[in-house]
Amino acid sequence: MDTNGPADERAGIVGRRLPRMEDRRLLTEGGTYVDDLQVAELAGAARVTFVRSPVAHGIISGIDTAAALAEPGVVAVLTGRDMADLPAPDGPMAEPLLNADRVRYVGEPVALVITDGRYQGEDAAELVAVDYEPLPAVADPADALASETLLFPATGSNLADSGGDDAGAGDALFEGCDVVVGTALVNQRVAPVPLEVRGAAARWADDRLTVWASTQNAQITRGMIAERLGLDEAAIRVITPDVGGGFGAKIGTDRDTIAVAWAAVRTGRAVCWSETRSENLVGMTHGRSQRQVVRIGGTRDGKILAYRLDVIQDCGAYPRGAYLARLTRLMASGAYEIPRVECGYRAAVTNATPIDAYRGAGRPEATTAIERAVDLFAAGIGMDPAQVRRKNVVPPASFPYTSPTGAKYDSGDYAVALDKVLAAADYEGLRAEQARRRQRGGPVQLGIGLASYVELTAGDYRSGETGKVEVHEDGSATVLTGSSPQGQGHVTSWAMLVEEELGIPMADVTVVSGDTDLIPRGTGTYGSRSLQLGGAAVQQAAAQVRERGRSLAAELAGTSPAEMELDARRGLWRVRGEAGTEIEWGKVAGHAGDEGLAADVLFVPSQSTFPFGAHLSVVEVDTETGLVRLLRHVTADDAGTVLNPLIADGQRHGGIAQGVAQALLEEVVYDADGNPLTSTLADYAAITATELPSFELVVSQTPTTVNPLGAKGIGEAGTIGATPAVLNAVIDAVAHLGISHIDMPVTPQRVWAAISEARANNETGASR
Amino acid sequence: MTVNETLVAADVEDRMLLVHYLRDVAGRRATNVGCDTSSCGACTVLLDGESVKSCTLLAAQADGCEITTVEGLAAADGTMHPVQQAFHEQHALQCGFCTPGMVLAIVSLLAENPRPTEAQVREGLEGNLCRCTGYHNIVAAALAAAEGSAE
Repeated sequence: MDTNGPADERAGIVGRRLPRMEDRRLLTEGGTYVDDLQVAELAGAARVTFVRSPVAHGIISGIDTAAALAEPGVVAVLTGRDMADLPAPDGPMAEPLLNADRVRYVGEPVALVITDGRYQGEDAAELVAVDYEPLPAVADPADALASETLLFPATGSNLADSGGDDAGAGDALFEGCDVVVGTALVNQRVAPVPLEVRGAAARWADDRLTVWASTQNAQITRGMIAERLGLDEAAIRVITPDVGGGFGAKIGTDRDTIAVAWAAVRTGRAVCWSETRSENLVGMTHGRSQRQVVRIGGTRDGKILAYRLDVIQDCGAYPRGAYLARLTRLMASGAYEIPRVECGYRAAVTNATPIDAYRGAGRPEATTAIERAVDLFAAGIGMDPAQVRRKNVVPPASFPYTSPTGAKYDSGDYAVALDKVLAAADYEGLRAEQARRRQRGGPVQLGIGLASYVELTAGDYRSGETGKVEVHEDGSATVLTGSSPQGQGHVTSWAMLVEEELGIPMADVTVVSGDTDLIPRGTGTYGSRSLQLGGAAVQQAAAQVRERGRSLAAELAGTSPAEMELDARRGLWRVRGEAGTEIEWGKVAGHAGDEGLAADVLFVPSQSTFPFGAHLSVVEVDTETGLVRLLRHVTADDAGTVLNPLIADGQRHGGIAQGVAQALLEEVVYDADGNPLTSTLADYAAITATELPSFELVVSQTPTTVNPLGAKGIGEAGTIGATPAVLNAVIDAVAHLGISHIDMPVTPQRVWAAISEARANNETGASR
Repeated sequence: MTVNETLVAADVEDRMLLVHYLRDVAGRRATNVGCDTSSCGACTVLLDGESVKSCTLLAAQADGCEITTVEGLAAADGTMHPVQQAFHEQHALQCGFCTPGMVLAIVSLLAENPRPTEAQVREGLEGNLCRCTGYHNIVAAALAAAEGSAE
């Protein structure tokens, strides 16, 4: 090996498909999730079991805990009435920690039981006698806006938020359009279903509260606990062990975890809590749940001129998710350059589990609406939907592009992503096969669905992210990151960034996250922000360490920093071009003195980034039974420069599956009285391997200049693109029967009903 | 019963589930609980070599049986089982929560059908939920492990 050649100051591992460092432990020992903790501080911890409301809406007229308290192993039974000394929560529609007076959805916590043993808790919780005076319930958000049944009578309305464009322009919006079409859409309520349910443990000792929580962000959780319990943040340490998936539903923390923390303070006993899946499906926030109306208009030659989207956002019982409709509005016009765009929204509280972020959070709702609208428009003018998309996507010359609703798309080539997918899927061939099947008239028809999308990642870029890199005297390195993972592979990715910058082998890099004592400042993992913010912080910190290392190495070599070069492939400093002058990182760190060799960075970019892409879905629909089979799903998801394609593709796969699941299968269902009908995994149709094909991923990388890595977010793109592509494919398969829309999930029953109705209409029409 | 070739004996409540016995009595906490309706498969273990959902069995029903959890799958020298190795190479795990059950379900599946088709793997995994991977790489890992063991 020629060690006299010019040193490469980058290790050259960016873009390599490297298996993860996290895997071995997870595969051979299993992860350590909250319920697995065996730390000394939690030895002998008691178990918390919540008593939850079985009624959707009611007044609590009494809680009798005597029978529960008499059970063996019961340490305490606590209710909202024991919380009188806690700060009152802010706002007229605030969530209490435990409801003392009124319940607003099935699953709402009203008491907690602390027991020595696991099964004792369930026994005792059943014996807590809560008297409810039932009230009428309103489970549908559109009904809620008109209903006299109020969840918060003092506010005088179930309207939690409203905004955007009022309907003032009316038909003037569509002036000059040859064709105007529209429809009502339901973007249904779905459950996030991380495989690890919610859980927490807490200990109060020496005036300090330690909380172990299954969360996407330890630091935000610390702040939420401090606020609700009236404690100083410095008195709280939040630790996140391994987290078994979050998907947005573990951003910050729910009141349950705060109540568990409070119980530890109140009783002085270490406590732990892990809910059941049946609790999770009513207690953890749900996602989506919008009622939408779209109208779209344009010219017969395919140019879209105007689009209007009206949204009613279902908030569930507390309006923490009201902001979602604002994100939907921001992304309303999707990947298209449409001259006139309006979006108005109203958010309503209902007697159902609260809605909050779920993979995509407001953007999938926008994308599904515009992508359905574009297909309706294409059908309305008799043009191929791919051609309509190509004619209307934002062209490269328009970037940076500010949409009519104010989104600042940073970069992209949307038509290229679409063309790549069309080519990879053999779009022409598929259309020909579809035509053949239609002509033959057999029961199983082919559908082809498209979605072009653009989405918003690192939406809250202003809070940035922290990253600290430290090199030790043994030549190893430690990364402290404000991003904490739930399976996204941060350990591997951050180690790659350190090796890339410093040449310290990944195996010698330790990555620490999710402990607020070690990492007091941080924001966490959500909104597809980690690599572009947290990764950029680590990269910048490593770069600062390199420059500091250059000075230190120069001192050791007795020369100037400019004379020093780093051979990042070997992790060695040397005097430029001089063999035999190599200095190891450990020695350089040892020369750094008491301050050590470290850099701590808060990376804040100038704006969010806007990944984009195209999805193409191919389905078979059995027109006799309504059964849909997803045959192929082809995607180009352009998230800028990819650090590790193995990990990025994994994010795409998981996102696609969740997007497909919403289109085909998953729906949280309530009856008219607010009773949940899908509160177990036997009833909620979480998608399985049998309902999915292997996915076909096309490579597309258009770097952004917003951060030094060139990276955009990839966590949610798959979900955002997949739902409308699959939905469009199913409707395309039966379009020739006169069907223009079916609401999600497009279950066999719904598809069969739509076909039956269309056939009945056709026969009526024919007999006239 | 034996858990990963170690004898574990205890007097427990009649109603104790096998999964809680493995976690709380035997101290083997890799096996996870993901639901309460035997739907998710996170608690899958091998009972006398066949995959079972350990939340659907009472501990007492496994009296005298040999249980293998994911902790007992690698060789004594730490070499991972071919299915574990395939999971690593194919990136078939993200958060890791479904992984122990998923790995054991595939070990059992390949024992019954050493050369499955993709459709047979998907069919065989119907009782195991994963929310992270979209199953794409799990299926790839199962097929790779089958391919590897056939060589």
